Amino acid sequence: MSAPSPSPSPAPAPASAPGLLARMLDSDMWHNFRGQKVVMVAAAVTLLMCLVALLAPWVAPHNPYDLKSLSLMDANSPPRWMAEGDPRFLLGTDNLGRDIFSTILHGMRASIGIGLLSVALAMSIGITLGLIAGYFGGRVDSLIMRIADVQLTFPAILTALLVDGVAQVVVGAHKGGGGEFWILVVAIGLSYWVQYARTVRGSTMIERNKDYVHAARLIGIPSTAILMRHVLPNVLSPVLCIGTINLALAIITEATLSFLGVGLPPTEPSLGTLIRIGNNFLFAGEWWIVAFPGLTLAILVLAVNLLGDWLRDVLNPKLQ
Amino acid sequence: MLAFTIRRFIEALIVMLAVAALAFVLFRFIGDPVSQIVSQDATLAERLALRAQLGLDDPVLVQFARFVWKALHLDFGLSYQLKQPVVGMIADRFPATMELAFAAAVFAIAVGIPMGVYTGIHRDSWLSKVFLSISLIGISLPTFLIGILLIYIFAVTLGVLPSFGRGQVVKIWGWTTGYLTWSGLKALILPAVTLGLFQMTLVTRLVRSEMLEVLRTDYIRFARARGLPDRIVNFRHALKNTLVPVITIIGLQIGALIAFAIITETVFQWPGMGLLFITAVQQADVPVMAAYLMLVAFLFVTINFIVDLLYVRVDPRMRVIGRGT
Repeated sequence: MSAPSPSPSPAPAPASAPGLLARMLDSDMWHNFRGQKVVMVAAAVTLLMCLVALLAPWVAPHNPYDLKSLSLMDANSPPRWMAEGDPRFLLGTDNLGRDIFSTILHGMRASIGIGLLSVALAMSIGITLGLIAGYFGGRVDSLIMRIADVQLTFPAILTALLVDGVAQVVVGAHKGGGGEFWILVVAIGLSYWVQYARTVRGSTMIERNKDYVHAARLIGIPSTAILMRHVLPNVLSPVLCIGTINLALAIITEATLSFLGVGLPPTEPSLGTLIRIGNNFLFAGEWWIVAFPGLTLAILVLAVNLLGDWLRDVLNPKLQ
Repeated sequence: MLAFTIRRFIEALIVMLAVAALAFVLFRFIGDPVSQIVSQDATLAERLALRAQLGLDDPVLVQFARFVWKALHLDFGLSYQLKQPVVGMIADRFPATMELAFAAAVFAIAVGIPMGVYTGIHRDSWLSKVFLSISLIGISLPTFLIGILLIYIFAVTLGVLPSFGRGQVVKIWGWTTGYLTWSGLKALILPAVTLGLFQMTLVTRLVRSEMLEVLRTDYIRFARARGLPDRIVNFRHALKNTLVPVITIIGLQIGALIAFAIITETVFQWPGMGLLFITAVQQADVPVMAAYLMLVAFLFVTINFIVDLLYVRVDPRMRVIGRGT
């Protein structure tokens, strides 16, 4: 903590408050952010990578999905600055003659996409179950929490691998492939919900005994509306913090599954798939096929991790 | 205590049944076992007869019960790909994974504890900062990237260590071991380091924070006041008291080591159970997948069961909780 924070600013501002942006620029969080160079770099890198990933089809110099533009004559060409490099390909090409820079941009799109969607899925499952367990208590609560405990005894990456493996085989046998993207989202989403559920349950149990919830119940608002409109906004902030940290985990998990060959196929590669392809050429001395996707993944994960750690420190009132 | 044990045991059984149900669903959904067995020109009557003989016409619950019964006798049928009994295939691969996990655990402890002690005693030295930075990178990088990096450095560039396989193995009473040959030990180094790196950082951080805590206590200050040499204070008085949580964590991490071995085995083409599972997924070899699923679930359930019981045994406070819930 380099920036001193005098008093935590209240989240809900009065109606006459200045605009959202102005309020954000005046918050403790922003001042703290400005004080930490590493975090600023991490945020800039994360933002840049997300942006590039989003715009990949327009930013990338080549289209790796366009089979017509590929030529095996271009295969395994080293990066541009090396002796045998081809000026058309900045970071060289892979075994199919695809431009590595372009495949990395598209791969990042898949990796970040799966990461974000699976975190969203895990969050929705976790928040829903956590709210139900915390608000209603009793049998429902103990059932949900027992399931959570059991799932917690298995490492999340193992759960993801097993769910993914089973789903791949089931879907593959019925449809003849396809849909790997969504299988990954579901497999990873199902593996990481427990933490959200536990956190939300804990804060819901505190909130449900507060006066505003009693008041809402007295005037006859149905439970669903109380949960969604009144309790949910008050239990959300730790969840967003866990979400950022879990984004890095989800990206790693996706990369791992793809690397193991049970994730995205080589025809629509993610960063993990690219590393898997490149790994086969490591011994042939063609290091660039694996090095650049690997480096990209490492930087992405590190940046998101740093951002998540910072967010956890800032949002944790105990540390201030 | 007895009630607690029984409750935990029933829970473990339920988990195993749930995993068995998952494995059973796999069998039901994928492929028709009859067409795996009969020749192509078998008549419909023959197929129906075989169906009845295999019990595929029975109610689902009866079939499930039969599946569980067979699983209890370690009968998972033949692999679709290799036409060998699945149990034999897994038993062949079991020693490789166990030796890898054991070596990784030894690495994590042998390197993690000294590093933790050092960073705990010399908080502000530059070496501590280097250690902690390394451990931060070790935590944030995915396992397989670290494996590839190690292969590139030690196998491709320097050429000093092998990058795949187990080297030469010796068979002793049905257990194939790579610990006894030179090439086996050399082949073990890179995979074990890759697999154990995460646990090593975990141990380092844990020992460090425990040391920081213990070194602040009165009896350490008193020991120093008595004029005992630093070595004895640090190792005999301080380190010993940090070891209980470390042992617990390592016990819990054994399961994680076996699980993460899947990744390490794929990177290094280590002929263990994890590689067998990944190959089975890629080839849709359902019996192998089902057997591996059940085995991993069994290992985890057993480890957690034992750890739970040990907790209650070691820590009297847990007994009240065990009775309460």
